[in-house]
Amino acid sequence: MWHVGKVIALHGETATARTITLDVADWPGHVAGQHVDVRLTAPDGYSAVRSYSIASGPNSEGRVELTVERLSNGEVSPYLTQELAVGERLELRGPIGGWFVWRTHQTEPIQLIAGGSGIVPLMAMIRARASAGSAAPFRLLYSVREPAAVFYRDELQALTDNDEGVSLTYAYTRAAPKDWPQPPGRIDAALIANATLPSNLVPTCYVCGTTSCVESAAGLLIGSGHNPDKIRTERFGPTGDRK
Amino acid sequence: MAIISKGFSGRRTAGDEKLPPGQYITPDFPVLSAGPTPHVPLDQWEFTIDDGASVLRRWDWKSFLDLPTETFTVDIHCVTRWSKFGTAWEGVSLDTLFADVKTDASYALVHSYGGYTTNLPLEDLLNKQAWIAFKYENEDLAPEHGGPARLLVPHLYLWKSAKWVHGITLMNQDKPGFWERLGYHNYGDPWREQRYWGD
Amino acid sequence: MSSHNYDYLDGNAAAGELAKIFAVDVTAAQGQCAHCGATKRFAESHLYMQCPGVVARCAVCEQVLLRFVSIRQRAFLDLSGMTYLSLDISQSEEQSFPQKVE
Repeated sequence: MWHVGKVIALHGETATARTITLDVADWPGHVAGQHVDVRLTAPDGYSAVRSYSIASGPNSEGRVELTVERLSNGEVSPYLTQELAVGERLELRGPIGGWFVWRTHQTEPIQLIAGGSGIVPLMAMIRARASAGSAAPFRLLYSVREPAAVFYRDELQALTDNDEGVSLTYAYTRAAPKDWPQPPGRIDAALIANATLPSNLVPTCYVCGTTSCVESAAGLLIGSGHNPDKIRTERFGPTGDRK
Repeated sequence: MAIISKGFSGRRTAGDEKLPPGQYITPDFPVLSAGPTPHVPLDQWEFTIDDGASVLRRWDWKSFLDLPTETFTVDIHCVTRWSKFGTAWEGVSLDTLFADVKTDASYALVHSYGGYTTNLPLEDLLNKQAWIAFKYENEDLAPEHGGPARLLVPHLYLWKSAKWVHGITLMNQDKPGFWERLGYHNYGDPWREQRYWGD
Repeated sequence: MSSHNYDYLDGNAAAGELAKIFAVDVTAAQGQCAHCGATKRFAESHLYMQCPGVVARCAVCEQVLLRFVSIRQRAFLDLSGMTYLSLDISQSEEQSFPQKVE
């Protein structure tokens, strides 16, 4: 299960997050939504393992992209976002996961809800949809602290401009852009009612973010009539305060 | 063979005299838990010593705080390899709690709110080796670190220092606790690096 | 006991560790809690990994479903908290040979 990926590109997404593009020898391929475990080893043998969702859609070139947010007291993320250089190598275990995945043969409407860096596996799904030429309707509700925290903004803009099958609503929790119609705040029942696919369309919903964000959003979806069996979730750890 | 990550050293700091084998010093106080943090209202909290058949001693929060306490500074060692030096606590010595307890039992099973258990020889709880601690660094022990009160047995790996301690059951025969049943060493002496079965 | 505890991850986070012993994906597995009877996907279990092992708890009653410890060359698995775990083995190597047709 362990593979070695060589860093072939690095791209800043925000002031604290960057996308790492890896060329992974013998990569068996992956499905959108899966993740990898990254292992770092210090010269004295000390090692640390962390999970990161794969940002890239399925491809046949062994290309795996990870978008990593630097946590202020993280142990691994500062290394991945600041030290790791092009040409260096990373150990990855994976691809991992068979539940929180979107497969290109799925045709039903899809509701995606992202909290912060929870956008990463959902972006893999959006990219998979695009490269497969799928017509499945996708709606994304993407909640972030503030506009500067958005990942993949230009790509999301281009997709939603050019493809009627993908629509996107941003929600800002701390600071919204000037003239934004809503004051900043967490996702609530009104936003679910106005900006997500209604339950009578029986979409499959994918919700990803911190545990508290996921519990809240999933609860709101259920409250608006979605069957819990149609909601798939992936919880990331809390941002920044893993002691 | 692992790929060495150039420039990665993890969170550790140097200066490691008095470190048990295989440990590293951490400046943080990692929170490791096998379950949700129990929230025990102080007016419902109690600590008991029982022998499996009857309760021998029981304290509620008020009577517990009426006991003589000690402040002490110890080094703590977690089986996940971090050690923290010079941690300062206040608590009630197990010698105080066992002062009037007459028992032939040799073993103790410590149990916590939330269901966690850990076992150790009774003699490792006595003779100034263990406390029920309720303050850390002069403040009330935070729930994520085991508050309102936790066991502290610093001469053993920290999984023996049960958080959210609820009571102790005295036993004539040893009975492995939560982690001891699943590969972790029955005794857990960090100086002999007794992490796992067979060590 | 605690209604606003968000310290857990979910079953997805343990899948890499569990792949050491499970030949097929475990996140989509259906499991029944031996304590309260709730049946859910393993991906939805409440996962505690910040401890000397992996502990998966029932999302409904918080009792332990599964525990996994990986120590040097050995792994320990405790499934006593589950009445059953049901996995899709259609992709496992066992199934890659065609079934014999009588």
